[in-house]
Amino acid sequence: MSQINQDDKVKPIDFSTKAHYLTKAFRSPFYSRQEPLNHLKEWGRWADYLSPHAYTCSGIEYFAARNACTVFDLTPMTKYHISGKDALPFLNRLVTRDVSKIKPGRVGYCCWCDDAGQVIDDGTIFHLSENTYRLCSQERHMDWLMTNTLGFDVLLSEETHNVAALALQGPTSCATLKRMGLDGIENMKLFDIRHFNFEDTQLMVSRTGFTGYLGYELWIDPEHAEVLWDRLFEAGNLHGIKPMGDEALQMLRVEAGFIQAAHDFMPANATIRTGHTRSPFELGLGWLVDFKKPVFNGRRALLEEKKRGHRYNLVKLDIDGNKPGCDSYVFTKNKKRVGTVTSATWSPSAKASVALASLEAPHGKPGEELLVEIYYQKELKWSRVMAKARVVKEVFFDPPRKRQTPPADF
Amino acid sequence: MCDSMPSSKQPQNRLAGNYTREPESVKKYDAIVIGAGHNGLTNAAYLAKAGLDVLMVEKNSYIGGATASRELHKNWIYSNASYVSSLLRPEVFRTLELSRYGLQIVPYAGGNVTMSEDGNYIGSYVNPDVSRREMARISPRDANAKVRFDRDLMRQCRFIRQFMLSTAPDPTSFKPRDLMGMLQMGKALLDLGEDVIYDMIRLYTMSISEYLDEYFEHPLIKAAKAGSGIIGSAMGVMSPGTAYVLLHHAMGDVDGTMGAWGFARGGTGAIARAMKDSFEDNGGTLLTGSGVEQILVKNGKVAGVALENGDEYQADIVVSNMTLPRTFLECMDQKDLDPEFIRRVRNFKIRGSSGKVNMALDGLPEFTAFEGNTELITGDMHVIDSVERLEIAYDDWKNGTWSKDPYLDILIPSLTDPTMAPPGKHFMSVFVQYVPPKVNGKDWTDDQRDQFGQTVMNQIEKHAPGFKDLVLHAEIRTPRELENEIGLTQGNIFQGELTMDQLLFNRPIPGYAQYRGPAKGLYMCGSSNHPGGGIMAAPGANAAREILKDIRKPNTVPEGWADD
Ligand SMILES: Cc1cc2nc3c(=O)[nH]c(=O)nc-3n(C[C@H](O)[C@H](O)[C@H](O)COP(=O)(O)OP(=O)(O)OC[C@H]3O[C@@H](n4cnc5c(N)ncnc54)[C@H](O)[C@@H]3O)c2cc1C
Repeated sequence: MSQINQDDKVKPIDFSTKAHYLTKAFRSPFYSRQEPLNHLKEWGRWADYLSPHAYTCSGIEYFAARNACTVFDLTPMTKYHISGKDALPFLNRLVTRDVSKIKPGRVGYCCWCDDAGQVIDDGTIFHLSENTYRLCSQERHMDWLMTNTLGFDVLLSEETHNVAALALQGPTSCATLKRMGLDGIENMKLFDIRHFNFEDTQLMVSRTGFTGYLGYELWIDPEHAEVLWDRLFEAGNLHGIKPMGDEALQMLRVEAGFIQAAHDFMPANATIRTGHTRSPFELGLGWLVDFKKPVFNGRRALLEEKKRGHRYNLVKLDIDGNKPGCDSYVFTKNKKRVGTVTSATWSPSAKASVALASLEAPHGKPGEELLVEIYYQKELKWSRVMAKARVVKEVFFDPPRKRQTPPADF
Repeated sequence: MCDSMPSSKQPQNRLAGNYTREPESVKKYDAIVIGAGHNGLTNAAYLAKAGLDVLMVEKNSYIGGATASRELHKNWIYSNASYVSSLLRPEVFRTLELSRYGLQIVPYAGGNVTMSEDGNYIGSYVNPDVSRREMARISPRDANAKVRFDRDLMRQCRFIRQFMLSTAPDPTSFKPRDLMGMLQMGKALLDLGEDVIYDMIRLYTMSISEYLDEYFEHPLIKAAKAGSGIIGSAMGVMSPGTAYVLLHHAMGDVDGTMGAWGFARGGTGAIARAMKDSFEDNGGTLLTGSGVEQILVKNGKVAGVALENGDEYQADIVVSNMTLPRTFLECMDQKDLDPEFIRRVRNFKIRGSSGKVNMALDGLPEFTAFEGNTELITGDMHVIDSVERLEIAYDDWKNGTWSKDPYLDILIPSLTDPTMAPPGKHFMSVFVQYVPPKVNGKDWTDDQRDQFGQTVMNQIEKHAPGFKDLVLHAEIRTPRELENEIGLTQGNIFQGELTMDQLLFNRPIPGYAQYRGPAKGLYMCGSSNHPGGGIMAAPGANAAREILKDIRKPNTVPEGWADD
């Protein structure tokens, strides 16, 4: 009775039987549609699932996201369902921000810390309805969430495999969804959630994304995954829709200044070496810390840190030249090493080499001039440049259209 | 204690040819190493490499001690005692050129599995996502708690590993090197941060059962993790101090994969064989078949050894690979030792608690719970499904019998290593906990040994019906065999228990943790010494370094641990 999703029927992944080990990487509920479009025939891994690095060419996919719209399969993202009378106080104890400000039908970005005020993960809280939430994150957290339920009347379950999800991102995304028949989609504001009747089921849409542009995320039961994909591509056909893999997404999110667990910070619950974790302040997430809340995990340590000052700053760097500063050391102008690049890309939109970097405090004030040591190879010959770089405040790609409601059609 | 050798009197230049023979024409060696266990071999190889004329004497006709492989059934190679390798220091592997002498350590492709009475199991796989899902199948929470568990364990491993391939500093000594050593240890400790320091004291004093309670909720998952806390120790999962034993088993690696275990191709004896070849290539001489009866001491200085067969050999340096009690209580004249010293040696904790059943199998057994799973069977397999059952197994030991429901560590190395058994046939290695040194206070009889073997086979048969029919030959080893054959006092597999009171500068006993014995020229290099048991080669290497220091020879022994 093993329900491994290797046959043609789309069912949520179930690994409640011993036989799960036979499947090392599961197919997403969208697999039957992804497979023919994956011209490269290469699959990466995202936790339990196969996930394409790119379908055709990451550069083309990147531009599709900035110029038309792209579809990215979000299903593997970790999702928790949280409900019950104490869902709100529970979440308020868990995360650093004030969750009561996330009204029903709204989404909020958040991060959560251990008792030492070190970030375990960041994620999004979806306030689905009164006392019902979905928490999405990169890593898994059942142990920490369960530990936090003590004393609260909440129901907690992981629903990663029960919800299929697609991100539709780019300037023609709203037009595509309109054509697909989602009436009133244009009225959704950034971080709004709406439910639509769709093919005899409910389709949840949130105006959210990881690309820093106009975009939506679509949430549906796995049985309806394929029909959602089909309808979306049918509608998007006239709007330049393309599937997109995670290489393009990496470029987009760095341009947009979004951080990612295990790239820009280490989840505190998995970090072995002392000093390798970060507090919200050290990741530029100080705005998510609300000391007006009397209790939340890490509050005491974070208050102390506020007094004492923090050790690191996570900053955006605009680097001279055209080489992406991947894995680079960052130096002051006097050649003192003060940090490392955590994520970097060439930004085709800004025509600049851009990066996120973790610097030792007090370095990292906007405008500070630094040097980034970049190694690169041309025709098997390695070179090194000490590229000049500046700490910048604004994200590298931030069109006003991102927030416009109703958004333009293209 | 801890005198250094007067180096000027050493006959150092055997290679230069100015070696002077003793008048009675008994050849005098630069050093004699007693026992060809892997630590003795390591020690002797380093001394030979440094240019010393080294004689190694081994009582058995074969080498390796607890790291031996013998063909006890035609065409089958057994790993007669130790069977998996993880702790063997790569620095030793490399500098003794063990690869050149044919040694290969192959990681096993399976993870591990613990079967439960109700036909379920918890497995772990090479693929971390599959392992996580497997744990989540039983407890989603535990699957995630494992991240935290691994983190905390790895923090402690990274600390303790630094001190493995180096001599433990003596906190009571004011010698600069000891002061520096203590300072370094203190600094490494402070670097960990306060949480990790708190945790360390707890880890070193808690029981494995309590320690696991801090992370896991599911009984089967706890049982699966608890096993490595009791291997080789005469303590129960609920006894304080067992948490450290877990650490001792987690700190090794295979090619940098922490906590991973592998097989030596050709059985663990291949490790000893490669070491022996390295030793002999460096000019060493090996004598097997007659043991040392007495370590000869003249005027407070060692003079050589007298063998059971009456032969005598001379050297100003004698290194013992034997256990602490065997060295001093059995092979030395008690008059040559301080009573205080003897008292401490007598009280050294070296209680036997393990047994081994090695079998030649006519085919591959089928474990019912696996439902045809061909991955789990390549790793280590266990059949105790709760911490309580593990504790009851220990109760039997306390009561003076072997466990009626024992903890087994079952492996089939022939699934990975094609050299161990003919194609289609298999070698099964079963490590058993608990087996007492004596049965109800009396020496083991052959009959009891066979009954013990039956207990083990019946236990496996329950999970793999038809298994017993596959057994072509079995070697059954109780602590009696481990003591008589390998020389492990009371059959303790680590040459002395791994408890906090017997670790670091207290191993084997306070004041003697730097490999020097109470007589001048006498050294100890077995697992009784820091950092303890397991196929690690660290005690042997560390002792060689100390000896070379005493005789002012350039150090050829690697030191420290490469890590960030
Ligand atoms: C059953 C069993 C299973 C084990 N499993 C593992 C495992 O899987 N992995 C692991 O890492 N570790 C394992 N160990 C532990 C590990 O094998 C030992 O700690 C290690 O091999 C000890 O090595 P040693 O060189 O210090 O001493 P020993 O191997 O004990 O060597 C001592 C040598 O001295 C010789 N000797 C004794 N008395 C005399 C004498 N009077 N004259 C001359 N020679 C003498 C002996 O014959 C022997 O060769 C196991 C041990 C046992 C017993």
